[in-house]
Amino acid sequence: MKSTAHAFVENAREAVADRRLHKALSNMKAGFQNKRAATVAKLPEFEALRDQGRDIKNHVLANLDLYLERFERRVTQAGGQVHWARTAAEAREIVEGICRDAGAKTVTKGKSMVAEEIALNDHLEANGFTPIETDLGEYIIQLRGELPSHIIAPAIHLNKEDVEETFRKEHTHLPADRRFDDVPDFTNEARMVLRQKFQTADVGITGANYLIAETGSTVIVTNEGNGDLTQILPKTHIVVASIEKVVPTLEDATAILRLLARSATGQEFSAYTTFSTGPRRPGDLDGPEAFHVVLLDNGRSALLGTPAQEVLRCIRCGACMNHCPVYAAVGGHAYGWVVPGPIGAALDPGLIGVEEAHHLPNASTFCGRCESVCPMRIPLPKIMHHWRTQAFEKKLSSPSFRLGLKTWAWVAKRPGLYAVGSRLAIGLLAALGGRRGRFATLPLARGWTDHRDMPAPEGKTFRQAWADRRKHEAA
Amino acid sequence: MTAAPAADRPSVGLFVTCLVDLYRPTVGFAAVELLEQAGCAVAVPATQTCCGQPAYNAGDVPDTKDIARRVIDTFSAFDYVVAPSGSCAGMIKAHYPRLFEDEPEWQHEALMLAERTHELVSFLVDVRGLADLPGRPAYAGTVTYHDSCSGLRELGVKAQPRALLSQVEGLTLTELPGAEICCGFGGTFCVKYPDVSNKMVEEKTADIADTGADTLLAGDLGCLLNMAGKLKRQGRATRVRHVAEVLAGMTDRPAIGEPRR
Amino acid sequence: MARSARDQILGAIRASHKRGPLDGDAAEPARVRLETHPRGLIPARSRIAPAEQVALFVEMAQAVAATVDRVDTLADVPDSVADFLAGHNLPAAIKVAPDPDLRRIPWAKRPVLEVAAGKAEDPDIVSVTGAVAGVAETGTLMLASGPDSPTTLNFLPDNHIVVLRTTRIVGPYEDAWDRLRARGDLPRTVNLITGPSRTGDIEQVIQLGAHGPRRLHIVLVDRDDAA
Repeated sequence: MKSTAHAFVENAREAVADRRLHKALSNMKAGFQNKRAATVAKLPEFEALRDQGRDIKNHVLANLDLYLERFERRVTQAGGQVHWARTAAEAREIVEGICRDAGAKTVTKGKSMVAEEIALNDHLEANGFTPIETDLGEYIIQLRGELPSHIIAPAIHLNKEDVEETFRKEHTHLPADRRFDDVPDFTNEARMVLRQKFQTADVGITGANYLIAETGSTVIVTNEGNGDLTQILPKTHIVVASIEKVVPTLEDATAILRLLARSATGQEFSAYTTFSTGPRRPGDLDGPEAFHVVLLDNGRSALLGTPAQEVLRCIRCGACMNHCPVYAAVGGHAYGWVVPGPIGAALDPGLIGVEEAHHLPNASTFCGRCESVCPMRIPLPKIMHHWRTQAFEKKLSSPSFRLGLKTWAWVAKRPGLYAVGSRLAIGLLAALGGRRGRFATLPLARGWTDHRDMPAPEGKTFRQAWADRRKHEAA
Repeated sequence: MTAAPAADRPSVGLFVTCLVDLYRPTVGFAAVELLEQAGCAVAVPATQTCCGQPAYNAGDVPDTKDIARRVIDTFSAFDYVVAPSGSCAGMIKAHYPRLFEDEPEWQHEALMLAERTHELVSFLVDVRGLADLPGRPAYAGTVTYHDSCSGLRELGVKAQPRALLSQVEGLTLTELPGAEICCGFGGTFCVKYPDVSNKMVEEKTADIADTGADTLLAGDLGCLLNMAGKLKRQGRATRVRHVAEVLAGMTDRPAIGEPRR
Repeated sequence: MARSARDQILGAIRASHKRGPLDGDAAEPARVRLETHPRGLIPARSRIAPAEQVALFVEMAQAVAATVDRVDTLADVPDSVADFLAGHNLPAAIKVAPDPDLRRIPWAKRPVLEVAAGKAEDPDIVSVTGAVAGVAETGTLMLASGPDSPTTLNFLPDNHIVVLRTTRIVGPYEDAWDRLRARGDLPRTVNLITGPSRTGDIEQVIQLGAHGPRRLHIVLVDRDDAA
């Protein structure tokens, strides 16, 4: 998809002023944070499970080629087919080709961040297919022509009123005088509309939370059951997944599943966890007749062996964004690319380039709340810092900022000069603002004083005052 | 407490932090007072400047390392290095060693320094075992406390300030909802992304106001300047102080952003 | 083309790790892991005696809005199902998985009940299936696809009734995997089902019955002697 990550500053300015957005985002605390905390508190082993999850994925990343080959072999043995895609374009073409071979018209889709990453819907539409998102949130934003603003709650930026507007505009075959009083009215309407689509779909596309090397299974985790209807009703099931999703065994998948729902929605376990292995078997009464897995690299293999490798442990639970104060302030769209929030800030520069995405890792206070809730213990601030280093080396921040920083660093390395300079500057500031105790405006500090007062300094620097006191005591 | 002879007292190099040095010397004096009450011999190396966080946060590794080397040299002789800031102490403890991953000798020095470096309040409680406050400070009022991020998550500063505040006569602590959520300061973040920072500090000051506390305390001056600046801009009467000022009983100076008396 | 993409991706992984393909000793840890599929940390919650497992299963399933009825033998299932249908004003028609165990249920005890076997079709409102296991840890059912257990029954009808012998309840998921592995290769679909379908996509309000069943009813059968 096309990125607007380079315009984060402008995106963010609009987002912070958007009252409807903030009304919608205000549900996150009760909806995500409190529920996670309560569920985690009920499992004494949770911290140890996080260590274990980290270790499993570290082992996978170190042996990634072996596990992928083993996964491929098992899928083939089960009667499925694995396709490898280096880039988003290759993945799109593979999926398009399978749809074409299947003679498909309607393509249903379970929620997949990889499908978003490769902008699959646009491509399928452009080639004459009708892709239909079936996750309620994804369906709503597809109708609105928007992108997901959250990796597990794609429509979290919307309120009921927004959804009503969309449904009335798009579902014109339904009575105009129907009422939308509460959430069930929306859910029931979407269920009814999408039920018909499920029945007519020729191909179903899902993502994968895991790929299991031991068995050649792909795993999806949903609460709605849409991903299951997507894959069992059409004749062809296509799984699009990125290469780092592989885990060794059913036991390893299980170990990580113990972390996923608790971290994501604060559930003990999601409603549906589905392991799909090949196409339907002889004698089966239902299930797809063809099973394809498209494995996408798209820049991930290049992150291995770098300080950013640890982002590949991510299990896409969304806990980092659920707890991020920057995400809460700007929402997901401001980040400008598929994966928002702290994980986006750590991952996106690796996938779309630090030139395009350098604001994302910079737009963080390094408060560390994301890392503190990450089930896979990804050191998100550390990885953001890695990208900042790259961005600095590439001189991507504004010349005035760099000049200011360089000047400050030059002085900070010269204590004598620093002492004299700071004494003079602080003396002057105190003289100007001391009586009132603060400044409402200050030249060169607009970024601060546009929004808040600048407290005035007390007058002397501490070291000056300390030296004076020592002198006084000695005298 | 009778002061032990100087030789028996651990030597503490006070890492004043650039913000305290420039903006709020009172915090520095409060830190010295508290450290001396805890039986330490305090020195203030005159050649200190800054821990290097502005450069670190900007991704400027070469300048950060230059500054870090200076800090390591300046503070090498002390038993402990103490900063009235979780952010600066966290920088030295958590980040200096990583900076020198490819320079083993400096990394060794950085690790040695990291081991001896502490945030002020956690040093008093965890290292010096301070359970009550020898200065018997008093503070009439209801305070609320913001947990600054680096201190909280990098250094585990959470219970220590509350334990000591409970010893302050007349002081009532009302917990701040969302006390562990960042105030939006973030060093250069607040001027590089002013709109985002502002939204964050607005949320914070709304929570502060909701507590009804008359005073806001925290352990990091950067956060305090940010929150005090916003509270003032909003015309709120909440007084803002560094926790060390209250613990040392040094609250005769105007609070942060208050007019000179 | 796909072939070369494969080799390039595998090659890029190896290049990033600064090594060639893993073989010999270097491949040993992964091979052993695949072969022995070692268990990781299993929460103490699920490491309990069988009787406690049943109680925990019921508690956890109910906590996620599943309903549970406990009966003595398969002969009691028709009454339990009929009661469930009547209690929710549902038509007395069920689509039952062609599972040999479920065939032993004496549905004729409730002559009004219209019983059909097969996969789910659009108008089916109530399905009845068995399950491989019940996982006490989170009140989760494990269902495996096969000629006698079509997956559509688990998702299309509005009401899903699962008949489960208490002897099939285990503590942790790992025990359920072992039971499944004992049957041979994995079937096409394994569903872990924990409560009815739900969504929180609109204003984070939890709503049951998003796409899958609005109700999940579990009939636990305590004894193994059919009528």
